[in-house]
Formats: sequence, structure tokens, C-alpha cells
Amino acid sequence: MTGTSPAVVAASKLGLTFQTNDGPVQALSNVDLTIGKGEFVSFIGPSGCGKTTLLRVIADLEKPTSGTISVNGMTAEQAREKRAYGYVFQAAALFPWRTIERNVGLPLEIMGLSKAEQAERIKRTLDLVNLSGFEKKYPWQLSGGMQQRASIARALAFDADLLLMDEPFGALDEIVRDHLNEQLLELWGRTNKTICFVTHSIPEAVYLSTRIVVMSPRPGRVSDIIESTLPKERPLDIRETPEFLAIAARVRDGLRAGHSYDD
Amino acid sequence: MDTFRDKLVPVTSILAGVVVLWYVFAVILNTPFQRDLDRRANEASTFSELIGKTLSQPKPTLPAPHQVAVNFFENTFLRPVTSNRSLVYNAWVTLSSTLLGFAFGTALGIIIAVGIVHVATLDRSLMPWIIASQTIPILAVAPMIIVVLAAVGITGLVPKAMISTYLSFFPVTVGMVKGLRSPEIMHLDLMHTYNASRAQTFWKLRVPASVPFLFTSMKVAVAASLVGAIVGELPTGAVAGIGAKLLAGAYYSQSIDIWSALVAGSVVAALLVMVVGIAGRLVDRAVGGRPA
Repeated sequence: MTGTSPAVVAASKLGLTFQTNDGPVQALSNVDLTIGKGEFVSFIGPSGCGKTTLLRVIADLEKPTSGTISVNGMTAEQAREKRAYGYVFQAAALFPWRTIERNVGLPLEIMGLSKAEQAERIKRTLDLVNLSGFEKKYPWQLSGGMQQRASIARALAFDADLLLMDEPFGALDEIVRDHLNEQLLELWGRTNKTICFVTHSIPEAVYLSTRIVVMSPRPGRVSDIIESTLPKERPLDIRETPEFLAIAARVRDGLRAGHSYDD
Repeated sequence: MDTFRDKLVPVTSILAGVVVLWYVFAVILNTPFQRDLDRRANEASTFSELIGKTLSQPKPTLPAPHQVAVNFFENTFLRPVTSNRSLVYNAWVTLSSTLLGFAFGTALGIIIAVGIVHVATLDRSLMPWIIASQTIPILAVAPMIIVVLAAVGITGLVPKAMISTYLSFFPVTVGMVKGLRSPEIMHLDLMHTYNASRAQTFWKLRVPASVPFLFTSMKVAVAASLVGAIVGELPTGAVAGIGAKLLAGAYYSQSIDIWSALVAGSVVAALLVMVVGIAGRLVDRAVGGRPA
């Protein structure tokens, strides 16, 4: 499936050890992973398994202490400098003093695009996340789900092919979450972006992904990689099909094999 | 209605309590001198006569509130504002050096804060000195500043303003250092993912995030500026200003004048803090602040 297209993310023997007051903590150990263009890869595991750390290494927000990582064929740092990815955080992280359109325009301002170009892209990305009409609102005037959609628009605004999402819907209630999952899949289908998605929800991972990377803690490592057999078209009720449940069961087994429920 | 119940009622009840206490102490503190006067005049006052007299002495130890109020009213509203006995005139003299010193102090405070946040050596070397500067009694420093500046030919408004600057830069520095460091890690990470330059992070994230801190510290700074201006008027033998009024009152034992000059100073302070507060709220509203 990833054979023909060049790897967007390639990690080899990747390790990261944090030096803390209680001694070294191995957040990532021996991670080998290749993500091809257009894939939707979820990282799932209990807290402390290094899934967020892995995403931050891809984003060059953390430096690995061993092994190699490449993004778009470059080092992670070069890729960041070229703005190769959009990053969506757990919280919307909108600037409260900026309106929605100026929040979405923030990366465009930093890149130094012309005002006309900025306006055009802001309009296009706000359309993409169904937030047209909220341009002049401030973040506090929007619901949590809408704020997170605005932050996704901000990550999409500068047309990076890679989208890194760190539990973007973790703080939202299940109804909003279902809705945003559906919208995200639709958006992925339309834009052909590569998405790395950190979550701790099994149904979310199975529903969204083409591949699910199961991780386990102490040390943080990849314990299983599961290819999804679900079709690209996924209505919400696909979650009741035996195929979906079978994949979910495999993920759950993978998590259990990582001793994640023992302690 | 809510502001009435939440703010006006508690504030006025405290005020009423203060006034009552003030009258009680005026009677107590002025009684010995009044007894003395009565003895010399060979008069015997009844208790109620004594109270009446203690509250209407020309140079009381503690003037009664109504004496201060009358003096304040006369010197504020009944005199031409050009008269040097007018409290408006004296308040204006003090206010002008307060505002100049406040402007200098705010600018200086912001510059130092930017330096501290961006240069690690400044953070370690400057901060202890800044804190130490505020432990020196201003009353000791003020005459030296005035004398030194006069020696190099700078007199008038600027030396007084310097003392205001000395007192007002400190809260602004402390507030702005905190404000410029207030952005969350997540926001800083976000700027990092955009490969934003230090200057871009400064102008687009740190500066807007520090605005609420700036106004809070400016409220403290403006009050400190006023204190600085008044203190600056004391050692100079200034002929005008609230400080000069306090000094003159002390020379001639005009306790009522002292108290009404104090009231004038408090009114100016309250107005200044209010103006800064309103400015802060307007700015906050302009950048999308949530109405409280």
C-alpha cells in the first residue's frame, strides 16, 4: 500500500530518553515506522506510551536521542523550517485576542503572504471546516468543537501535506466528537493529506485510520501495527459491522499484550 | 442595581464607619488642648460644649471631617485656579510631574522587561539590582536626585518626574516580565511549528499576551508615581504642589490644610488609577476581551 509512494515519515531505531530528577525516562525506544503519502495513521496506547512524544519528534518539537527520523525525505528540523506539516494540539490553542479569521491567518502572516492571498486561503479553509460566517468572532464566542475546527483550519491554511493531530477531540463530548470524526474523514478524502492522529479511543482509531499503531509504555514502544480492512467510504454506522468490531478487538488485544492494563 | 448592592453599599458603609471613628478620635485627641484653653480662660465647659469646641479648633491635633471638608471645598471650588492657595492649582503642579514620571517609568519598565525576557545575562544580573533599588528609602534618595540634577542645570519639572520614574518603573518591569513570559507552552510550540522568528513570536504572541499584565502594573505604577512626585516636592522647598502644601501646613501647624492636601492627593490618585483602569478595559474590549 505504501510501496510505490515515497515515505512522508520514516523512523528507524528511533529512541528518546528524557533526563528527569528521578533519573532517565525512556519515552521512546526502538521505533521503526514508515508512513506513506495519503495514509491516515492513528497512534493509540495508554498514557506514558510515548504516542504524543513520537508526534512531537516528527514535528521537531522534541529531538530524538538515538536513531533517525525523516519527514518528506528531509530531517525533521528541515521539514519544520519548510513548514511541511500542520499541527493540531489537544486544546484549540487559539489566540484569544485574535478573531477566528486572524487566528487562521496567523501562519500565513508569519510566512509573509500577501493580504489578498491570506484572505483567499482563510476563506477556503474556513469553508473546509464549515466555519464560514464566524470569521469576525472571537474564540470565546465559539463552542469547544467549533474552536477545535478553527484550529484545524489554521493547520490546513498553509497547505502542508502532512497533518499531525495530538488527541484533537479528547476534550470534547462524544456527540461532538462523532461529528468531527465524520468531518475529518470527509476532509481527508477530499484533500488527500497524510494524517498522523494520536488518540486513546479505540473506536476513534479504528473508525478513522488506514493503519493503527498500537503503543505500550515503559519503555514507550510500538507493540503492534494493524492495517485496516475497512473501505475508504465510512459512514458512522460502519462501527456496528463485524469487520469494524474485529479490528477493534485486535487493537484491544494489542494493547493488552503491551501489559498496559497491568499497572 | 447590582453595582449598587455589590459596590456602593459596602464602600459607603466602610466610609460611614471611618467617619464615625474619625469624629470619636477628633474629640479624644483634641480634648487635652481644649481643657488647657478652658483652664486658662477660666471657663468650665459642659460635656456637650467641650465636644463642640474640640470639633471647631482652628489648629486641631486631629481636624474633624467637616473642617477638612469645608477647607477642601473652599480651596478647590471657591478660589481662582491660578491662586497658589487653590488645591486645583497645586494638584495640577503635582499631576504634571506625576504624568511625566509615569510616562518615563512605564517606558523604562517595558524596556527593562523586554531585555530581561530576551537576554539571559540581564535576567541574572539586573533583577537583583532592580529589587534592591526599591528597598532604598525614597525619602533619602529624593534630595540627592534633586541636588545632583540641579548641579548639572536640570531643575523644575524633570527632577521631580525622575523620582516618580524611580518608583513607577519597578511595578511595570515586574508585571511585564511576567506578562511577556505568560504565553502557554502550547502557544510557543505552535509558533515553533510555523518556524516563526523570535521577533514574530515577540510581536504576535508575547506582546499581546502581556497587555493585561501591563495595565494591572500601570495601575500600581501610577499611584507610585504620585507618591514620588509628592515626595519630590518635600526636600526642594517647592513653592507649589501637594507636597509643598503638606510641608507649608506642617511649618505653620495648619493641620486642616495638611488634611485637605492629603484628601486632594487621594482624589488625584483615585482618578489616575481609575483612568488607567478604564484605558485597560477599553483596550481589552478592543482586542476581543470577554465582557466580565
